[in-house]
Amino acid sequence: MGAGESLLVESNGEVIRLEGVGVRYRIASERVITFKEYLIRRFQGKITLGDFWALRQVDLSINKGQMIGLIGPNGAGKSTLLKLIARVMRPTKGRVLVKGMVAPLLEFGAGFHPDLTGRENIFLNGAMLGFTNDEMQEKFDRIVEFAELWEFIDVPVRNYSSGMVARLGFAVATDIDPDILILDEVLSVGDESFQRKSLSRMEEFRHQGATIILVSHDMDTILEMCQQSVWLDHGQIKMIGSSGEVVDAYREDQESSDGAADEA
Amino acid sequence: MDKTNQVPIYDSARQGSAALEELRAIFNYRYLIAQFIRRDILTRYKRSALGVAWTMLNPLGTMIILTIVFSRAFGGSQEGYAAYVLSGLIAWNFFAQSTNAATLHLVWGGSLLKKIYIPRTSFAVSATGTGLINLLFSLIPLVLVMLVIGVPIRWTIIFLPIPILFLAMFALGIGLLISTMAIYYADIAEMYQITLTAWMYLSPVIYSPEILPEVYRLWIIRLNPMYYLIELFRMPIYYGQVPDLNLVLISAGIALFTLFAGWMFFTSRSDEFAYRV
Repeated sequence: MGAGESLLVESNGEVIRLEGVGVRYRIASERVITFKEYLIRRFQGKITLGDFWALRQVDLSINKGQMIGLIGPNGAGKSTLLKLIARVMRPTKGRVLVKGMVAPLLEFGAGFHPDLTGRENIFLNGAMLGFTNDEMQEKFDRIVEFAELWEFIDVPVRNYSSGMVARLGFAVATDIDPDILILDEVLSVGDESFQRKSLSRMEEFRHQGATIILVSHDMDTILEMCQQSVWLDHGQIKMIGSSGEVVDAYREDQESSDGAADEA
Repeated sequence: MDKTNQVPIYDSARQGSAALEELRAIFNYRYLIAQFIRRDILTRYKRSALGVAWTMLNPLGTMIILTIVFSRAFGGSQEGYAAYVLSGLIAWNFFAQSTNAATLHLVWGGSLLKKIYIPRTSFAVSATGTGLINLLFSLIPLVLVMLVIGVPIRWTIIFLPIPILFLAMFALGIGLLISTMAIYYADIAEMYQITLTAWMYLSPVIYSPEILPEVYRLWIIRLNPMYYLIELFRMPIYYGQVPDLNLVLISAGIALFTLFAGWMFFTSRSDEFAYRV
């Protein structure tokens, strides 16, 4: 057991820790997409690689049961940060420690196949989340019930409305007992009654002690749901604190930069 | 209710052998592999009236055409040319389809890798699994053709799983190699298509190597792994012989080496895929 690991276990309730994390994307000066081009340009010595740091020196610690808001302009590195926690990416620098099962809710229904029925897709999607067929069998009724899709469960998903797809995706992904839940702008799907249902499910998770990270551009959602917030800007943490303070500072900053843009 | 001691801890800095970790991951996600295979089989046949029969009709149709066109040119010395071609085609199609599917699934389905964690080899492994199921189905028309044209089916058919296993290992290895390169360069998938066509004509699929001049024959045989694998595949079923030990050993070596190389190459780069796809 490494040093970081034991720290994580002992310090009460810390479930996510980022230590000096950096993520670098390599961007070729000229966009080379084919092998032929690559060989030609390489031969001509035209290829230089540029570095783009999506995240730089990020230190973050999140405790169990917290509901954290993640805000910042487009391209600030929010999605990259979520990918690190969901272990989709490994950091270029630094270290990411995560304790417990992470349920990534990035875009519902991402793994659905349009030609398969709702029923078939539930099992496929469940397997992507790491569940066995038996486990999915046990969840099946609850999922369909929650998504309110009994009538259409044996219809190919290509005939579903986008709202129905989102409902099914949400129902599959949240019929779990996650330690950490990642929400990337996803509460805006479905009609109002479904949104209420999903919000109350979020509350349920929180009561069970799950840690929730919410990315949103809607500051009212952040203020309503998260006590703490993190403001990311150009790959660095600009501010961490209570949501009220962070959102205020962020709004002020946005307005002043808008003002500057107007003057220019 | 002390849950904290059992929950899994992920530490990005603690990284053992990527190849071994992937092996463990693919075992843990075996239900996903089964679901992927199920999806591929279902979606391929769902919207066609003939359904799974296509798996059998497809090589059969090609075989009929090739037999009509080539039986005089290539098949003069070959007894039961139709069965010879069909057995070659089945082995070849399995290899070509599995490696192609591995590449296409990773390139087109790879956006999934940016969203949730699933073992990256699941695409290639499930593509090979789907290929195996199709191969088993296409053995039915082969047996029928052999009965019709009078090529005897012997007890040696029980050895068939051996060449199938080696073919699968070889296909998975190549599938992993090609799909890794296809992530980086968009034209690799197309270049591979062309290579496959050339490769097929350089393999004893539709002709017997005996008809080639001695000089070419040695090259084609020595340097072409598919030569050994196709011949080994034909032995228990078409030739009705117990597989020759030498051929088994060479094929096993090729299969093991390719799978090992493909697995190492793929897993050493798969952490970068999320940055690329």
